[in-house]
Amino acid sequence: MAGLQTVLSALLTLGLVAVAVALSLYERLDLEKDIGVAVVRSFVQLAAIGYVIDFIFGLENLGAVAVLLGGMVLFAAWTSARRAADVPRAFSVAAVAVGVAAVATLGLLLTLRIVPPTARYLIPLGGMVIGNSMNAASLTMTRIRDDVAEQRLKVEAALALGATSRQAVAPILRTALQRALIPLIDATKTTGIIFLPGAMVGMIIAGADPLEAVRLQIVVLYMLLGSVSIAAILVGTLSYRSFFTPRHQLRTMPQNKS
Amino acid sequence: MGSLKIEVSGLGYAVGEAEILKAVYAGMPEGEITAVVGPSGAGKSTLLRAINRLIEPSSGEVYLDGEPTRSLDPLELRRRVGMVFQIPALFGGSVEEAVLYGARLSGKDADPRRLLGMVGLDASLAEREPGSLSVGQQQRVSVARALALEPEALLLDEPTSALDEAARRHVEELVRDLNARLGLTMVFVSHDLSQVERIADRVMLMAEGKSVGEWSREDFFSAAGERARRFIAGRL
Repeated sequence: MAGLQTVLSALLTLGLVAVAVALSLYERLDLEKDIGVAVVRSFVQLAAIGYVIDFIFGLENLGAVAVLLGGMVLFAAWTSARRAADVPRAFSVAAVAVGVAAVATLGLLLTLRIVPPTARYLIPLGGMVIGNSMNAASLTMTRIRDDVAEQRLKVEAALALGATSRQAVAPILRTALQRALIPLIDATKTTGIIFLPGAMVGMIIAGADPLEAVRLQIVVLYMLLGSVSIAAILVGTLSYRSFFTPRHQLRTMPQNKS
Repeated sequence: MGSLKIEVSGLGYAVGEAEILKAVYAGMPEGEITAVVGPSGAGKSTLLRAINRLIEPSSGEVYLDGEPTRSLDPLELRRRVGMVFQIPALFGGSVEEAVLYGARLSGKDADPRRLLGMVGLDASLAEREPGSLSVGQQQRVSVARALALEPEALLLDEPTSALDEAARRHVEELVRDLNARLGLTMVFVSHDLSQVERIADRVMLMAEGKSVGEWSREDFFSAAGERARRFIAGRL
């Protein structure tokens, strides 16, 4: 099993994780359990998806690709909803946002024939779109939840002046969307200078033509910007309602209402 | 005593198991200042928030000019019945924007300098950043932004509790002055009986989510209100 040997050698990088764990313990971040779970899960999940992808690439069946991407969207929505626990309807909100972001961006790439309709392109690109949209969804939802709780006074003062829920929550939505989008915008700005994107590095290491790697990376960056923006804006638009009644009243216990 | 501007009948409000208001009855006469007093946890602030429907009562009715507020659009109701909170939360980059916040939302024309004048602030403050004002000035700006909507009544939820003595007196004078000049009906929650004596026309006592009694100021501060005053003092 030379394949497994390769994977196992990757485990040597766990030394770095040990540093993170040590830091967490030293600073009492209480994150070591989370880090441990993340390490184990990423290993199992990546190994599994490796075999699955190998299998699907073999199939070259677009139906199977769609099913796999659909499964990824649902899993992303579940993860995001868990992160944003006590945001009412978090799962559906995240599923719609991530799903629409994935369909819109991948659909555009296919329609414009920027990438060929093969599993080899669609699965990794879809994975990136879905993963990044998921992060944006979680960030946006948790931010809105926290800010609504923290800025109750301001929100109610706005409502008392005849503002609608949407108007009262507008500054919070704005901050939440900025927070969700700025990291990616900054990463896109500095790409190639401060950090080389993983996919491009992977392609170059694997022996691809650097210019082809760059072309694909540009596609990836723009695609991510588009999909993350779509996901964050959809999450913002869909989730803020959960904190208000239809009569423009702030719910007393936002976390108790489902 | 004129007709009732606001009437509260059998008002109840529950969050899950907790009954915060149970059977509150009250009448706030047109053009008068009604002080709502009572121990903390009596439901005074909740009553105010139920009147302009920042919360949805679970039972009972609130009437505005005899009309049940349930039949009104909540946004319209809140424009007609303004509210000033304990802490002034001002919006916008300037005092002018802060004053105009609600008026702009409803497309109402309002003159920020005139409004600042009405609350005793110098018009030159209009360009200042709201955060650069003293808390007392900010509270007066929050009265001005409520007035910008030309409300028929004003609910004030312990508006002086975050202020120092001098600023407190200013706001009290402002309240009396607005009441006298505009004939504005006001409901004023206070935990300070000497303040109530200075500004109120009527006193309504609440305890444990219920209305206990209503007096004219004269009665409340004479022998008739002695027990009520002792009750509040004992519980404060």
